[in-house]
Order: sequence, then C-alpha cells, then structure tokens
Amino acid sequence: MKYIDEYRDPLLARNLLEEIKRKATRHWTIMEICGGQTHSIIRNGIDQLLPDSIELVHGPGCPVCVTPLESIERALLIAAKKDVIFTSFGDMLRVPGCSKDLFMVRSEGGDVRIVFSPLDALQIARDNPLKEIVFFAVGFETTAPANAMAVYQAAREGIENFSVIVSQVMVPPAMCAILSSPDNRVQGFLAAGHVCAIMGYEEYEPVAREFNVPIVPTGFEPVDLLAGILKTLELLEEGRSEVVNLYRRVVSREGNRFAQETIRKVFEVRDRQWRGIGLIPGSGLGLRPDFSRFDAEKKFNVTHICASESPQCKSGSVLQGILKPDACPAFARECTPEHPLGATMVSSEGACAAYYNYHRNAYSL
Amino acid sequence: MTIAPACPLPLMQHETVQMAHGAGGRLSQTLMQRVFMPHLHNSFLDLLDDQAKLELPAGRTAFTTDTYVVSPVFFPGGNIGELAVNGTVNDLAVGGAIPLYLSTGFVLEEGFSLVALETIVMSMASAAQNAGVIIVTGDTKVVGKGQCDSIFINTSGIGTIREGVNLSCCNLKKGDCIILSGTVGDHGMAIMTSREGLSFQSHITSDCAALNGMIGKVLDAVPMIHAMRDPTRGGVAATLNELAHSSSVGIEINETSIPVKPDVRGACELLGIDPLHVANEGKLVLVVPADCSETVLNVMRAHEHGRDAVIIGSVVNDHPGMVVMRTVFGSRRIVDLPLGEQLPRIC
Repeated sequence: MKYIDEYRDPLLARNLLEEIKRKATRHWTIMEICGGQTHSIIRNGIDQLLPDSIELVHGPGCPVCVTPLESIERALLIAAKKDVIFTSFGDMLRVPGCSKDLFMVRSEGGDVRIVFSPLDALQIARDNPLKEIVFFAVGFETTAPANAMAVYQAAREGIENFSVIVSQVMVPPAMCAILSSPDNRVQGFLAAGHVCAIMGYEEYEPVAREFNVPIVPTGFEPVDLLAGILKTLELLEEGRSEVVNLYRRVVSREGNRFAQETIRKVFEVRDRQWRGIGLIPGSGLGLRPDFSRFDAEKKFNVTHICASESPQCKSGSVLQGILKPDACPAFARECTPEHPLGATMVSSEGACAAYYNYHRNAYSL
Repeated sequence: MTIAPACPLPLMQHETVQMAHGAGGRLSQTLMQRVFMPHLHNSFLDLLDDQAKLELPAGRTAFTTDTYVVSPVFFPGGNIGELAVNGTVNDLAVGGAIPLYLSTGFVLEEGFSLVALETIVMSMASAAQNAGVIIVTGDTKVVGKGQCDSIFINTSGIGTIREGVNLSCCNLKKGDCIILSGTVGDHGMAIMTSREGLSFQSHITSDCAALNGMIGKVLDAVPMIHAMRDPTRGGVAATLNELAHSSSVGIEINETSIPVKPDVRGACELLGIDPLHVANEGKLVLVVPADCSETVLNVMRAHEHGRDAVIIGSVVNDHPGMVVMRTVFGSRRIVDLPLGEQLPRIC
C-alpha cells in the first residue's frame, strides 16, 4: 500500500537499527510524546529491537488519558439526561469515571453515540432539532481545528441545540512541565507528528533552547520512528539542542495556518488540569466568550461536579515517563482493560493498554 | 342512484409487513403462500405441520443454533438470509458434521418491505441448495415498529458427524501447523464500510460462503485433523486465542504470512483496526499435524473457498494460552482477544 509499505520496510528498519547501535556511545532516555507513537513502538516491538543504551519512555500524548476525571463525571451526568444525544469518539466511551463509563450510561437508556468527526455530531443536531446534542471535544492540537470548526459552524448557522464539553490540551506546555519536574529523566523528544502537522515545529524551538533538549517531529510508522530515534540520538551525541523535522511529508515549520486561525477564532488558552498529573498553566483551550453559549458544562449546569482519582492508579507517573506501565503494582492485576483503574489502560493511545495488549508477561515472549 | 353502505373488504395486498402477518390468521397464510413457500417448499415444509419429522443417519449428531441481526440487512456480497444459512452450516461443518437440516425463525419489524423479505427468502433457498441442506421447519413473528430493526433470523441446524473424525479445540499438539483458508477481515470490513456514518467508498465484499463442501474434501483426504474453526466475530485473533486457551498450548504466527486484501488493509488502517480482529463469514482456521499440512493445503487450494490457503503459524509449548506474532521486523508481540464489541451487529 502506497505511503504505508515504504515506512514498514523491514530492510530499511534493520539498517536504521544498525546505525542506532553503531552511534550510541552511552545510555540515552528519549520520550515519544504521542500515544499513537507509543502503540506503534510496542505493537511492532521496536523497543525490543533497540540496543539497551536507548531507553524509550512514553509521554502524555493520549488525550483520552489526560482528560480530567471531573470532565468525565460531568459527561456521564449530561449523557444520562433525557432529550440529550451524547456524541463522542469511541475511545472515550470506555474511560472509567468514579463508578461508571459512557457504555454503562448507554445501557441504562442514555442516547450515547460514537461519531468519527465533530461535524457528524453537528449533523445529528441539524437532524434532531428537538434534542440537545452534546459532543465530547477532547484532544490535543490535532483535533482542535475540527472541534473549533463544529462550534464555529453551529454559531454561523444558529444551531442552538449543539454544545461541547471541551477538554483540549496542548503539547509544548506539557513538555515544559515534564522537563521542569525534579524527577525528569527525558533527554530528547520525538515530537508528535500530527500535532506538528497543525501547529508546525516553530513553537518547539524555544523549548529545545531553554531546556537544552533535541526535539524531532516524526511519524507513526516503524521506519519513521526509527529514523526519529536515530536523529535524536545523533543530536544528543553531538550535544545539539535543536528541532529537526523528520516528518517532512506532513509537517512544515509554520504548520497549517488556516487550522491555527480556526482554533484561535473559537478557543482561547486556559490553565488546565491533566488527569493524574495536575494543573499545567496555559496548557489547555477553552471556548472564547463569544462562543460560551456552546459550553455544555454551563448549559447543563454541571460545573460544580468534582471528583478525585483512585490512589491506586499511577497513570500520572506513567504519562510523565517516570514509571513504565508494567512497573505499576496494579498493572495486569487490579488494573486490566476489563477493570481499568485509569484511562491509560483503556485508550487506544494509552501506554498501559499498549503494554497490556502487546507485551504483558513480556518475560514469556 | 344510491350507493349502499358496505363494509370494506380487508386489504390483502400489502407492500410491507403488517402486524397481522404474524397473527396466525389470513394474512399469515398469505405471507406463507406468497413469500415463503414458493422458494422454500419441500416435502417437509409442504406438510405445514408444527414440526418436521426426520430420520437421521446412524452415528453421532451435531446440533447448533445461531441468531442473525446483521445491519445493514443487505451488504456488499450478501444479505442476512444467506448469512443465516451459511453461518449455521459452517458451525456444523467445523465440528466434522455433514449438515443436513435447518430450522429458521423470523422476527420481522412491522413496516419491513415484503419485496426485501422475499429477496432474503430467495437467498436462503439458494444458499441452502448450494450447501446441500434442507430447511424443514420455520416460524415467523412480527413485532411493532421500532421493536426490532427490520429483520432478525434464527437458524438451527442438525448434521451427522463423520466417522473417524474428532475435531476439538482441546486437541492442539506441539508442532501442529495452523492453516488459514484465505484473506482475513472481508466480511467485517464490508459491513463497516457500508454502515451509515462512515462516508468512504470501497469495493470490499463479504466472504459469506458455506464451507461444508471444502471441509468435506479436506476431511476425506485427512480425517485426523485436530481442530477446525470458522473465525467469525472477534476474527482470527479470537479463534486462535480460544484454541490456545482450550488446549493450554501457545500459538505462534508470522505477520508476513497473514493474507489481507489491499482494500481491507486500507480500510483497517483508516479506522485503526487490526484485520486479525475483524469478522469473517467464509474462512476457516485448521490445526493439522505438520506431516499432513501439505496435503491439506493442496486440497484446499483446489477449492474455490480455499485458493489462498496458507500456513500462518504453529503450535508451541511456550506461553500456554497465548498467541504470539513474529512481526516483519523480527520482534514479537501478543495477539490478544479484541476487547469489547468492535462493531455491533456484524452478523
């Protein structure tokens, strides 16, 4: 398949691995930001093939995982309401709140639907004028333009039965938070390719300079990831704290200006809670005052709902690269995809889910 | 001139299913005579008794049942009717049985098109004929609009188990070869890409087929096959996990050997789905002693439903209960059961 097979070429992968082995003179810790990259690494066993000197730690780039528990509790409450059609990406439905998830709300009679785009949710709103349609707008900068566009169009068309629960987060503030932590071990980053497709890589240049780390935007296929690891390693070995783009088929320095403009029209930067991690200043997006009538949390008066995390779940440490999923005492014991303690065990981008699905009992592989 | 007030005659010609079609009265008879009997009639059904009286050949009997709720009812490569016949035929055949008789029960939603119903019944008749089975008894119920979705069909089947054949999920032995009859994921992706809300077009068609013909030929040639399954819901991954678990052995498969059609692969890539987790309706997984594998492959490849048959892996003593895949890069990963329902109402 074009644009896929080239990036899964075993020979190319082997050559890159040889080059990585040849160039690594000491131990380096590299974090891949994006949960999609984590899954590709674990699924393809790239971590098994790397030399011991290269340690990959998994980053916070799983939007479902970092959506705060209280947002989920508020979503559950809204989804259970009569006359509400609650729409969400499929991943969100299995994320546990304090006592239930959206699937359980659906089985109890809530109208909860999976959509593939927020614009589909908007169409449901057009088709069902007597219902209130709520979309769970989660994601990093990647989903922000489409989510913003849905709200923008709703405003333009005067669709008043549509609203969103916003849990939009941004990568650079999270990287700064990780690098500022006293427990930080990360020496270089693979930046999330699709986030950079929207935002470009210009905004990572000050982060690289300030924290003295190389940052390499890369893709999701094995050859992309190995090339990204090799480039990060070369920069580390040479002591260069630069941003080098290896996802050139998708990412430019300035990014997608139209998408950025759409985000800015609808959203403004806010402080935001990250599930398991805590408050990261300036790391989130919220609706601008002009669009606040589309804020589902206000519309349904659930802003007072608060919730606290299970103390057993260590997903905060996992999301910051401090703890590997299988080093968590609850991993594959109290915490499984069927009975998750945290979102990292159920999201298709969660590191704990990747380890559980592809690596559990790794000693027997 | 005066027109005498008259009680209007009941309307007997309908284009859609009415509640009265399931009430046992005149409309029920009309439905029987106009839609079901012209296509399904045979010496058992023609008696219109409440039961079929069967004489079964000597030996062990296999008995199975399944209910079909696929949505949409008509999908690329088939419809719910042929799925309901082929699915039950396959469930009998993978147990080493020669499928003989089927029953069928319809739950129809008020307002469902009678033309569509007749098309489905015709497909069932033709699928039954192709598979060499007879539909000997049936039932129809009608429920109100919104109380079911268009049409649900149950089929049960009876067959006679071949002499000298002992197929079981518990039979796997170290060194056995795992054979797959062809490409994976065709049915599931045909359904998925024809669902509303997924606005992309593809040419993927379901692999829905009766496999008893091919299975018969394989068992004639190699009766000592250890296990056989049709990898429907949960796909090949679920089937292999069930086999590994039941026999307390490990299974190792090679990523490079799994056949996937380019369209199916593309759709899976777009939707982020592993083709090994996607349902099939005309594929077979066989576990055979290594020294018989070539014979089995040759018999299968000579059959239209087994042309792409291939060895995908083997049974090992390591990691009992677990399926492990060797990736194209030489690393290894677990192939797990899919979690939850990937797509509801796939069959």
